[in-house]
Amino acid sequence: MIQTILIILISVGMLLMAFVAIYHKNLQVAVIASGIISLFASVVYLFLAAPDVAITEASIGSVLTVAIFFYVLNKIRHEDPEK
Amino acid sequence: MKILKNSILLVLLGFMTWMLFNLYKDYDSRDTLNDTARYYAEKGPDETGAANLVTSVVVTYRGLDTLGEVTILFLVSAIIGLLLKTENGTRKTAMRASSEFMITAAKLLIPMISLIGVYIFVNGHLTPGGGFQGGAILASTFILLLISISRNKIGHKVLELTEALSGLSFVLIGILGVILAAGFLDNKILGTGTFGSLLSAGAIPIIYSLIGLKVGAELSTIILELNQVQGKED
Repeated sequence: MIQTILIILISVGMLLMAFVAIYHKNLQVAVIASGIISLFASVVYLFLAAPDVAITEASIGSVLTVAIFFYVLNKIRHEDPEK
Repeated sequence: MKILKNSILLVLLGFMTWMLFNLYKDYDSRDTLNDTARYYAEKGPDETGAANLVTSVVVTYRGLDTLGEVTILFLVSAIIGLLLKTENGTRKTAMRASSEFMITAAKLLIPMISLIGVYIFVNGHLTPGGGFQGGAILASTFILLLISISRNKIGHKVLELTEALSGLSFVLIGILGVILAAGFLDNKILGTGTFGSLLSAGAIPIIYSLIGLKVGAELSTIILELNQVQGKED
C-alpha cells in the first residue's frame, strides 16, 4: 500500500518535471529537469523489482544524457550569432 | 488549411485512442509465466550457473542480441566521431580552468566510482547490473576526469585500443563457444563452478567484463569527441 502511494507520488513528480522540461524558457533548467525524470524513473524501476534497469536508467539517463546535452548546448550557444 | 491540418490530427488521435482502447480492453494480467520465461526461470540457474537470472538471459540465451546492441553502440560512436571531426592543433580551449575544490573532489571520487563500475560488471552474474551498467558508470567517471583534471591530455588511442580489443575478444569467445560447446556465445567453454561464487557461470564474467570495457570506451569516446569540439571556432 505504502509502495503504491510512493510510486504514484514519484510518477506525479515525473509528470511535473516533464512539464518543466517542455515549457521552461531556460534550456539548462529543462535539461536538468529531464535528468530528474530519469532519476525518478530509476526509483520506480527499483520499486517494480527491476534493479538492473534501475542502474542503467540512473547512470545513462541522469548522468550521460545530461552531460551530452550540456556539451551540445554549450556548442550551440558558441555558434549562435544573436547571443 | 489550418483547420484541415488540425482535423487530420484529431482523426489520427482518435484512431490511436480507439486502437489503444481495444488493446487495453482484452488485457488481463497473468499470474503465471509464459513458456519461454518459465524455461529461463526453471532451467537457467542449472544450465548457466549464473545467480542473476537477467544476466544468464542477456549474455547466454540472448547473447546474439547483446552483440547486436554493442555493435549499434559502436556504430553510434563511430558516426559521432565522423561528424565531429576535430583537427588537432587548431583548436582553442575556451573553457575556464577548474577550481581547486573540483580537482580535489575529483581526485578523491574518481577511484571510488571507477571501482563501483568495475565491481558492477565483474559481479554481473551474481548481483544486479552488468556490462552496460558498469560501462556507463565508467563513462561517467570519464566525464568527471575530463571536466576536472586533465582536459587535453587524454588521447583517443587508449580508448580505441580498449574498445577494439574487447570487441574482438567478445566475438572470439563466441566463436570458441561454437567449437568447444553447444553454440555461438555458449558459456560452458569453462566449467560452471560453484553456484554463487565469483569465478562461476563459465564464460559469463569474462564476456560481461569485455562488454563493460567496450561500452565504457565507446561512451567515453563520444564524450571526448564532444569535449574536443567545444571551444573550436569554425
